[in-house]
Amino acid sequence: MNTALVARRAFSLSRQQLFGLTFLIIAGAMLFLFALSSDPGQNSTFVLTAVASAQKTELPDLVLPTQATIFVLTFIVAFFGGWQLARGFRAVNALLAVIIFIFIFAFLTWADRGRQFNLTGMLIASLVRSTPIALGALSGILCERAGVVNIAIEGMMLAGAFSSVVVGSATDNLYLGIIFGILTGGAMAAIHAVLSIRFRVDQIVSGVVINILAAGLTSYLTERFLSVHQELNDSGALRPISIPFLVDIPVLGPVLFENTLIVYSMLFLLVAVHILLFYTRWGLRTRAVGEHPRAADTLGINVFKMRYINVILGGMVAGLGGAYFTVGSVGRFDELLTGGRGYIGLAAMIFGKWSPFGAFASSLIFGFADSLQQKLAILQAPIPSQFLGMAPYIATIVILAGVVGRAIPPAADGQPYEKQ
Amino acid sequence: MTIALEARNITKRFPGVLANDNIDLTLEAGEIHALLGENGAGKTTLMNILYGLWQPDSGEIYVKGEKVVFQDPSEAIARGIGMLHQHFMLVPVLTVAENIMLGQESVTAGIFLDRVQVIKRIEALSQNFGLEVDPRAYVKDLPVGVQQRVEILKILYREAGILILDEPTAVLTPQEAEELFKIMRNLAQQGKSIIFITHKLKEVLAVADRITVLRAGRVVGTTTPQETSEAQLASMMVGREVILSVKKKPAQPKEVVLEVKDLHVLSDRLNPVVNGVSFVVRAGEILGLAGVQGNGQTELVEAITGLRPAVRGEIRFLGKEITNAPPRRVLERGTAHIPEDRQEDGLVLPFPVHDNLVLNTYYRNPFAHGLALQEKAIVATAQDLVEHFDVRTPSVFVPVLNLSGGNQQKVIVARELSRPIRLLVAAQPTRGLDVGSIEYIHQRLVEKRDQGCAVLLVSTELDEIISLSDRIAVIFRGKIVATLEASGAAREKLGLLMAGAEAT
Repeated sequence: MNTALVARRAFSLSRQQLFGLTFLIIAGAMLFLFALSSDPGQNSTFVLTAVASAQKTELPDLVLPTQATIFVLTFIVAFFGGWQLARGFRAVNALLAVIIFIFIFAFLTWADRGRQFNLTGMLIASLVRSTPIALGALSGILCERAGVVNIAIEGMMLAGAFSSVVVGSATDNLYLGIIFGILTGGAMAAIHAVLSIRFRVDQIVSGVVINILAAGLTSYLTERFLSVHQELNDSGALRPISIPFLVDIPVLGPVLFENTLIVYSMLFLLVAVHILLFYTRWGLRTRAVGEHPRAADTLGINVFKMRYINVILGGMVAGLGGAYFTVGSVGRFDELLTGGRGYIGLAAMIFGKWSPFGAFASSLIFGFADSLQQKLAILQAPIPSQFLGMAPYIATIVILAGVVGRAIPPAADGQPYEKQ
Repeated sequence: MTIALEARNITKRFPGVLANDNIDLTLEAGEIHALLGENGAGKTTLMNILYGLWQPDSGEIYVKGEKVVFQDPSEAIARGIGMLHQHFMLVPVLTVAENIMLGQESVTAGIFLDRVQVIKRIEALSQNFGLEVDPRAYVKDLPVGVQQRVEILKILYREAGILILDEPTAVLTPQEAEELFKIMRNLAQQGKSIIFITHKLKEVLAVADRITVLRAGRVVGTTTPQETSEAQLASMMVGREVILSVKKKPAQPKEVVLEVKDLHVLSDRLNPVVNGVSFVVRAGEILGLAGVQGNGQTELVEAITGLRPAVRGEIRFLGKEITNAPPRRVLERGTAHIPEDRQEDGLVLPFPVHDNLVLNTYYRNPFAHGLALQEKAIVATAQDLVEHFDVRTPSVFVPVLNLSGGNQQKVIVARELSRPIRLLVAAQPTRGLDVGSIEYIHQRLVEKRDQGCAVLLVSTELDEIISLSDRIAVIFRGKIVATLEASGAAREKLGLLMAGAEAT
């Protein structure tokens, strides 16, 4: 008998146990890294009122005893870990997200000991920074649900970012800039659509081509053109619009109801894409085309048309995400300023299992990681800033490495359709 | 009787092939019309033309007396023609209702799906035609027989009067097939016209009102079940006399050649699919392993031939353990393997016939001296084998790719049976073959048995199992649920066992 095989099976851990152990290790890390290295007398102060907000209400600061708080959090994580090891939870991914958040909160409490930290500000930054990622993820969902892999989100964003700032500066109208950003994204997507649908080019190759094209073209134009005509690279940025009354809700108000148009659009698109995908004729056909195009074809659905529409819509959403980087935040274009957010959006889409809300939730994690590094630099946490800068990318690797389990893509994702 | 559909002088050419040659076909309202023919006889071509997937080179189609030209399936659907495809056209992750309404969705406010309305309609249809199914269930959770009902509902939902069923029983257990026939009769009674495509003679006689036989793209004749017999239909299909039942002497089992004990094997997705299988095959007997596709047969055969690791249990060959032995050692001991998927696992399609004939002996004398292949010896042996096993090929230098399915299978059989072997593992050896080739393969299997070889025959075709086997083992969900003497095994009982009924 194969003793080696049997032995390997006996000692191998199930996924459930692996998660349980991971949680316990996290609890241990919290205990040793945070709890035991803080003094009993220290307090962590969290400011809950946003700075420079239209909010009228003011909340008192949240003051927590550092060590006691971390002990409590450690205990919660250890309990979940033990339970997971012994019994197992059903929604392991959700639990993982909760535990990561607890870990991060413990970390913040520790980093914040004896200091002040604006929690609401951090949440605002998280949502804002997750906006392009969520738009990238929505773009990916639109394309991949119809069966076209889109790794060109990054390139579409870059092109959108560039054209929106140029048009915004030239016309002095930010909204016109945004519209052009959207159209540019759609145009890039049209190239991807023609290559991968009409000519059945490998969709990864086509996506890479578009990314390289966008990176090369925008860099070249910036260097040769925008550096000479600086006035075309200075559009100014969108200002947040605060919604009366709603903005006065404590904490949530400034986070959700005092944002720029692009953030509101992202939230709107999130809900809209969800409803469209799951409750409309268009959504049903999109999903059918992405899962089993032949079946859709035999029922008289035009597979090619559905895919063209979806890919181009997806590109337009990515273009809007691109506009965030320029007219939505800093008002100028720099070479490669999207910094891989399009790829992270793709990761968020996979982590969110190709569903809009799932993708949004994971975008928030990435956005949070992104804003974390910025805030920690202010807190002067004793961690090299380069490491903090790695946070969103590490989160991507960890998530894509499959810790979160197998996500099942649409069955025909990436397969060109050919009529018989 | 009114005529529902008529095809006149349909001709369709493909490069090098005349797929349909002046075919006439009339379908009366409320009849079940069987279209019988071997693979490549032109049945599927004709149906794809009637369904608008292809356009004929010449000829006309009339629906209810009115001349029609279909550019694509949606026009055929609009004329009330529905097609049940051989491979289901269902989206597994969608619900039954979503699959049925796809393409003809009921909507509110112009875009929102009206699921309630659709489910109501499906329930009414289910009731009318006796097609029980839960519209809210996800298709991926349904057994094959029920999925087929969903396909039929899909056609009825589009208010089709003409149903084309393309080999609908290929994926069903005998009980499910019975169930389908009931549904078909019920549909015909309510005025629906059905074209039933198949190459199974028994089914045709059981359910059809009229039978049209195609051969090599032409109509050979039209008849009724009362006027004809299985033997006559078979000779119409093939064009010569065919021996349908396999002649064989009683088996004389001798020593145990293959012994499988408590074998456990995982699938590609690491699910346990063979769960503690034990059996023996003796020299001079054929053990038939019956089961519906996907019950672990594929993985079991791969484990026996060394292609897939067994996680537990043991496999013995003439008393010596060969569990997880490399495939070459397994075959050098004297095992021959006719794989389930001949194009994927049995042949290297772009290679010429002669290379395919030495795929498992090329490294040995006389085919190789040291590192060099002996082309002459290979070609000479190949020519002998081609002649001896009646492989129809222009020469041994032709890529196997260009041969018909039956002749491809003969190349495999020639390669495997020409070695000195003690065990033959034949997985689905006649799948997709025409009656003539089936007859040939069956004779070879029985011949090997009579020479004292142990034969393990894995098949999903109950007829094949019954006519060839000396003993029959039934596999269900990775377990052998029963082992019977072939003489005492009734069709119905085997069918029930294959469907998971408890052995009594």
